[in-house]
Amino acid sequence: MTEIATPPSGAPAFPSDRTCPYRLPDQYNDLRTREGSLQRVTLYDGRQAWLVTGYDTARKLLADPRLSSDRRHVDFPATSGRVESLRDRRPAFIGLDPPEHGPKRRMTISEFTVRRIKGMRADVEQIVHGFLDRMIDSGPPADLVSQFSLPVPSMVICQLLGVPYVDHDFFQDASQRLIQSPDVAGARAARDDLEGYLGGLADTLRGKPGPGLLSTLVTEQWEKGTIDRDELVSTAILLLVAGHETTASMTSLSVITLLEHPEQYAALRADPSLVPGAVEELLRLLAIADIAGGRFATADIEIDGQCIRAGEGVIVTNSIANRDSSVFADPDVFDVRREARHHLSFGYGVHQCLGQNLARLELEVVLTALLERLPDLRLAVPVDRLDLRPGTTIQGVNELPVTW
Amino acid sequence: MRVTAVREVCVGAGMCALTAPEVFDQDDEGLVTVLDAEPDGAARPLAREAGALCPSGAVRVVE
Repeated sequence: MTEIATPPSGAPAFPSDRTCPYRLPDQYNDLRTREGSLQRVTLYDGRQAWLVTGYDTARKLLADPRLSSDRRHVDFPATSGRVESLRDRRPAFIGLDPPEHGPKRRMTISEFTVRRIKGMRADVEQIVHGFLDRMIDSGPPADLVSQFSLPVPSMVICQLLGVPYVDHDFFQDASQRLIQSPDVAGARAARDDLEGYLGGLADTLRGKPGPGLLSTLVTEQWEKGTIDRDELVSTAILLLVAGHETTASMTSLSVITLLEHPEQYAALRADPSLVPGAVEELLRLLAIADIAGGRFATADIEIDGQCIRAGEGVIVTNSIANRDSSVFADPDVFDVRREARHHLSFGYGVHQCLGQNLARLELEVVLTALLERLPDLRLAVPVDRLDLRPGTTIQGVNELPVTW
Repeated sequence: MRVTAVREVCVGAGMCALTAPEVFDQDDEGLVTVLDAEPDGAARPLAREAGALCPSGAVRVVE
């Protein structure tokens, strides 16, 4: 990625690329040592925005109704040309504000309750062990991303949504292009492809219900007129893409982090009851959806001695806020025994991640299975040779050579 | 300790039911319900944590 030079105003460029999957970029370490919990940064298009680096300020702002998530609005801070190029697309509830937001989000939440997700454990275990069987049979070595990290959450979200897993080559590729395309035309084409695919699927479910959330949305919402086709398709894209890209990234980066911290890995192997806590700590440390906290002010907001003016962009960086030393002692230390559930990796406020308990379940099952089945798992290349995704998208790796 | 929850504000994140399952549940619509409005013993610190973690302000815990 091309770095833009720091402009004379002293507002450094944002975002920056990580050079290690579990460490902050140097530029973020510089930002977090500056005084105050709000810093000025310069975005790719030369606009400036407020970067929120303090935990308490981040929570307050994410719960503040004077900040809008409406990404269609000209004041919404785009962190890349790719994001900018999708500004005209109909947003799912993630891009709506109250009061419009609540009823739309509520159309989906019953599928993601703690009890519903608990009831999926046996299915998730079966999927995890199925892909693990295949990877073990064909290796070592293996590419963990394509053989395990990505197919597991893909198949899980397909079952939940009622999307045919047989189409996984198509939608995994399109999702990856949507979130990673370096050029604007590529991102728009990927979005078009997903709209065409999921729209077509929704059309076939009209009057002919099938299993899964997509069919429920068609029958209970679209056919009754509470959402239109565009909004249904946007919601389906959000759930499908967020449902597998994030957990896939967390799986791969969690494995890297554990293998690079052998004493922590050994602690988990010795006591698997530490796994749920380790998942929270990995979520805190890795903060893969680091640029998801974009907002803009709809009124002046005074906070922490600063005034965010109406119309100014605000970005909460989870990776920095999760390392606020007033909340997490020795925040750069990876400690599977840490109480870390109050991290901000799922966001905060009304937009907090809908699928967070599904993500927790998947990561718990994945890590437990890997510890049990592949105790000698190791990276097949040095960690500094891994090709990390740029800072402008969901953090992760597109390939992870492992052996055992 | 007195625990209340405002369904109208709830966004169904499930932090309460995850953190303090003896005190909170989610109904068929995914919205918060209070199982025990006056928790005792070990459930108290968990209810307090659930109140702090609730992202929408739907859960209120008053000592």
